[in-house]
Amino acid sequence: MNRDSNGYTFGFAAAMVLVVASVLAFTASSLKDLQAENVRKEKMQNILSTIGIETDREGAEKLFNDYIVEQLALRNDGSVDETVDAFSDIELAREVKKDAETQRFPIYVASVDEATYYIIPLYGAGLWNAIWGYIALDEDRNTIKGAVFDHQGETAGLGAEITQQWFMDRFVGEKIFDMSGDLVGIRVSKTNNDPNDIDKDDHEVDAISGATITGDGVSDMIIERLQHYLSYLKATPADLAYNN
Amino acid sequence: MSKPKSNKKPAIFFVAKEREPLFSKKNRGLLKDPLDDNNPITVQVLGICSALAITVQLKPAVVMTLSVIAVMAASNVIVSLLRNAIPNRIRIIVQLVVVASMVILVDQVLRAYAYDVSKQLSIFIGLIITNCIVMGRLEAFALGNGVWKSFLDGVGNAAGYGFMLILVAFFRELFGSGKLYGYQVIPDSIYEMGYENNGLMLLSPMALITLGIIIWVQRARNRKLIEKN
Repeated sequence: MNRDSNGYTFGFAAAMVLVVASVLAFTASSLKDLQAENVRKEKMQNILSTIGIETDREGAEKLFNDYIVEQLALRNDGSVDETVDAFSDIELAREVKKDAETQRFPIYVASVDEATYYIIPLYGAGLWNAIWGYIALDEDRNTIKGAVFDHQGETAGLGAEITQQWFMDRFVGEKIFDMSGDLVGIRVSKTNNDPNDIDKDDHEVDAISGATITGDGVSDMIIERLQHYLSYLKATPADLAYNN
Repeated sequence: MSKPKSNKKPAIFFVAKEREPLFSKKNRGLLKDPLDDNNPITVQVLGICSALAITVQLKPAVVMTLSVIAVMAASNVIVSLLRNAIPNRIRIIVQLVVVASMVILVDQVLRAYAYDVSKQLSIFIGLIITNCIVMGRLEAFALGNGVWKSFLDGVGNAAGYGFMLILVAFFRELFGSGKLYGYQVIPDSIYEMGYENNGLMLLSPMALITLGIIIWVQRARNRKLIEKN
């Protein structure tokens, strides 16, 4: 058989494409459920860790159901859209591309030992790719209880450090509203002159050297996401009861 | 990207007169040479790009090494099995398809069964496709040699690549962040005396310089690599 003929070459290429495509498609679809399950549990794990509950992936589901008492999908005006499930219907990466009126904003309400926390998912852009995370607010809906960040492809040792515990811990205790009640978010700052983040009223945390753009991405992501929750966060408990 | 040395198929064909032992001297050489005398990074100068990108810390370097070993061994074996059927004119495309599907397969399996490892690797796994060593060895060796020899060649070269990766990552993590494998090794007392981590070590230029120093030391040590005149 002539291995250099056009017919053989085309035939070989076609057969190869068919075989490779079916092997990959078979693998992908047979592993899909396992992979989706991992992603789902990791999301629960991340949400839980913002309120200080550390768990492995296996235990995440039970604890999530125990502590998260409400999962709300908010409209831009702060009212609740009952038709949308906050956890499974909203994929933030797609959701942020819609305009504010059609977007639904997920928020999780957790109850741990009598205390209530509000957990807001974040999504934004780092240097190379997407960054995302969760931020938990105390009962006053102002002080940060905890934060978790993750990223797709930030530089290891630089931008990727936002996923380190020491960086996420810096956000604890910071406040998102200033004295006059305006939303200011938290800036990742290179000039705050507070390397140990002792000052918790400056709305700033110390930046990471060499990760300026990732840090700015974190700041922008926090303020951009939080502004959509303003009407919910500022509402009094009575308003909330009315809206519900 | 560096090109393989020659476009011709390698001239060595092993005609099996009598059964060669599995680990004959020649076969051991296939496994051992890439670690020093014929190291893919420092001697063949393949795979430099990824050696710069993922050597900031030891851990990703180690995981990358293991994945490259798996991908290279598997794709070398597959291409070697198909070597008499692959049409010459599209052989590069065929090699690329084999490597790419191996990489996707590894990625998918990791994502299902070792989710944390796959998160660690994220983009690095995709980078294996662009690693010149993989394609280089397929083109230069697997296309002309038997399955077992190709397997050894794949493992050997991947290990040689990984060895350099880990060596560079060792120095970069040690001097760049004062840690090894994520654990702090430079004691706090030294920092208090005024020692500072060298931030430049975390950036790619220092990877190139570290690699340059390694090549220098290796050439000074290994007589076979000293060029005549």
